[in-house]
Amino acid sequence: MSALQKMMGWVDDRFPLTATYKAHLSEYYAPKNFNFWYFFGSLALLVLVMQIVTGIFLTMNYKPDSMLAFASVEYIMRDVDWGWLIRYMHSTGASMFFVVVYLHMFRGLMYGSYRKPRELIWIFGVLIYLALMAEAFLGYLLPWGQMSYWGAQVIVNLFAAVPFIGDDLSIWIRGDYVISDATLNRFFAFHVIALPLVLIALVAVHLVALHEVGSNNPDGIEIKKKKDANGIPLDGIPFHPYYTVKDIVGVIVFLMVFSAIVFFGPTMGGYFLEANNFIPADPLKTPPHIAPLWYFTPFYAILRAVPPMFGSQFPGVVAMGMSIVLIFFLPWLDRGKVKSIRYRGPIYKIMLALFIVSFVGLGYLGLLPPSPVATIIAQTFSVIYFLFFLLMPWYTSIDKTKPEPERVTG
Amino acid sequence: MKRLKNFLFLLMAVPVIAVASEEGPRLDKAPVNLSDQASLQRGARMFVNYCLNCHSAVSMRYSRMQDLGLTEDQIKENLMFAAEKPGETMTVGMDKKEAKNWFGSAPPDLSVIARARGSDWLYTYLRGFYRDDTRPTGWNNVVFPKVAMPHVLWSLQGEMVPVMKKEGEHEVIERLELAKPGSVTLAEYDAMVGDLVNYLTWMGEPAQLERKQLGLFVLAFLAFFFVVAYYLKKEFWKDVH
Amino acid sequence: MSQEADGQKVDTRKRKFLIAATSAVGGVAVAGVAVPLVMSMLPSARAKAAGAPVEVDISKIEPGMLLTAEWRGKPVWVVNRTKEMLDLMAKHTDKLVDPNSEQPQQPPYCKNATRSIKPEFLVAVGICTHLGCSPTYRKEVGAADLGADWPGGFFCPCHGSRFDLAARVFKNVPAPTNLVIPPHQYLSAGKIQIGVDAKGA
Repeated sequence: MSALQKMMGWVDDRFPLTATYKAHLSEYYAPKNFNFWYFFGSLALLVLVMQIVTGIFLTMNYKPDSMLAFASVEYIMRDVDWGWLIRYMHSTGASMFFVVVYLHMFRGLMYGSYRKPRELIWIFGVLIYLALMAEAFLGYLLPWGQMSYWGAQVIVNLFAAVPFIGDDLSIWIRGDYVISDATLNRFFAFHVIALPLVLIALVAVHLVALHEVGSNNPDGIEIKKKKDANGIPLDGIPFHPYYTVKDIVGVIVFLMVFSAIVFFGPTMGGYFLEANNFIPADPLKTPPHIAPLWYFTPFYAILRAVPPMFGSQFPGVVAMGMSIVLIFFLPWLDRGKVKSIRYRGPIYKIMLALFIVSFVGLGYLGLLPPSPVATIIAQTFSVIYFLFFLLMPWYTSIDKTKPEPERVTG
Repeated sequence: MKRLKNFLFLLMAVPVIAVASEEGPRLDKAPVNLSDQASLQRGARMFVNYCLNCHSAVSMRYSRMQDLGLTEDQIKENLMFAAEKPGETMTVGMDKKEAKNWFGSAPPDLSVIARARGSDWLYTYLRGFYRDDTRPTGWNNVVFPKVAMPHVLWSLQGEMVPVMKKEGEHEVIERLELAKPGSVTLAEYDAMVGDLVNYLTWMGEPAQLERKQLGLFVLAFLAFFFVVAYYLKKEFWKDVH
Repeated sequence: MSQEADGQKVDTRKRKFLIAATSAVGGVAVAGVAVPLVMSMLPSARAKAAGAPVEVDISKIEPGMLLTAEWRGKPVWVVNRTKEMLDLMAKHTDKLVDPNSEQPQQPPYCKNATRSIKPEFLVAVGICTHLGCSPTYRKEVGAADLGADWPGGFFCPCHGSRFDLAARVFKNVPAPTNLVIPPHQYLSAGKIQIGVDAKGA
């Protein structure tokens, strides 16, 4: 026995190191037919780690003080060695996190990854998405530019639309009558410690749930139904080494895209870092046009599409909230006989295509200043968005599906 | 796959509509070239001579101008009038409150002005002042109507007056015309403003040249890494049928 | 069907090589990310600007008096030593830990009996080499609380370390080494610059 083996034995007597390694890597059997869309889960984990690491180093020089915050960001960009790189990695990482998570969620939609027995994986995932939105929103206030300030002002005022308690609620959130130093300081606390802890915990349970039931695949069939004499799924391969070496390739391609943005276009033409956010926050002057960052705009467009009713903005806020809450119920709304889009009928395919067009369309409209034409289009898209969910029990049950194969294909 | 293609096509159509709906005054293209150190040095000189009296650049250290090919002594002799040490930042003595009384609004800090406004906007703005007797300063601007800042560079450019044209109901400015020449020709003035905007663009993010150089290196490294990792993946996946 | 390559033999050597190559390149990548992160913790441009050399006017220091300047946030003493002080300093070398300044606590041009460029002017960082307190200037010879044989010098109130007027540490005190002499140079007779070496020195 080598020294290394001896040491492993010593550890294993006290901690399930080898057992954990086997359960989650070398003897975790994943379907062998994962395609392009299956890279985004591991990529999301990578971005989470990058955000935490770069965030720690930014915190060393950032000052959560309304008088100092803006200048401290520029201090990081100029005076701190490599500060510009760390800051751009963090700002690009924020947007790329959403790119990766949206693609990951779209994969789930296409292949029915939320269906029984993976309902809890889906619910944890949507919770991660919610926590991520909160994390991004809180973090966006920190540079204390004009868009930080007025974006936070608008979003916090949404809470003021809640009947009866709204005004008190929004004041409680801000800790002041306007967005102020107190708001900045508490947003900082939530951004750097509270929500990262929540995110890490949610990612952990998301993975535990996944490894309990096993991964879905592009055919949407259960590989555990066909096992060999040793109880290993016939269509399964050990995650390590097969998917580790494959994911490394995916990670490198992702990093090439990521680096291209960080080094050659960190503002992404104003989509990742807005020009107006290079003007320090001025509570007396609203910029002519404010839009949230691109990853929030689909929901922002739904909010604006709903006209005020009974002299209140609340119905819009409810619609926006519902548009996210509905995602949780997907596992129970879908009554299809098959999981994967490969074996679904034409109705589902059309509905999914319409949904994606509406979602992207809403995202685009949310960036634009409001206009009568844009509002009508946004209202149409919003209706399609909701109908995709609300009519799902009906159209998935009448849809003509193809028979699923016995074993995974290609 | 076909559905995906249709969907991608739809996505591409969206920005076209966006460009069509974009508005605002037409901006002239600024001659920005961050590799032109002579231009950046001339621009730095313009900046400290004309801008730094009222506008600060609190994030910018004088010593950083060493990146423009200047030595610390050259910076001290030619560019530092308001500071003692090259390590200091570009602050101004003007009191913000007093400035507000004089101009109606405090002169903004210019550290990242090129990132907030864009180089083309600055280039058009600095060449867009014209005589307007209805304004307290006697000056107005084509891209910044009712601007509080007077035309600081007027002794160079001279006095411009607007040439109006009718567009429907309204009279709009078609172009500016030189009424009283300044100390340099308009072409020379454009070149000087070009240098200044070049400098402001550099000052908005002094690390930007370094960033792009490093980027090429990083991408080349990742391309090499990709090849190695790809062969590793291929070798292992021989097992999987 | 799955992991075992049926029919063809697995080329273990090739696999081992590719794993090693990927690990090596991946290691370089991780190091490449770690370096900027580690470097970002070095003093920033602001800290360096604040730690830039300082000029001190020493022409106004009366004989026997001490002036404290600030350099890199640390107190730097300049003492105008009198002839008597210098004479007294030479008499207690047997009580010192490092009378000839063997330890590199000073720039080479100050490795002499007075630990200074000009004998009368001592320039020293006023931070005790024990645990970083700032000693006090006690020039009274034979001060009541320091004993009859106190030749004048610096006394650290934190743990009782004693230094003479050349900032050399006495034996049997907690501080292990002499106080640090910072790099400095004379710009003129009455002006020194702390933080840079004399050119050519």
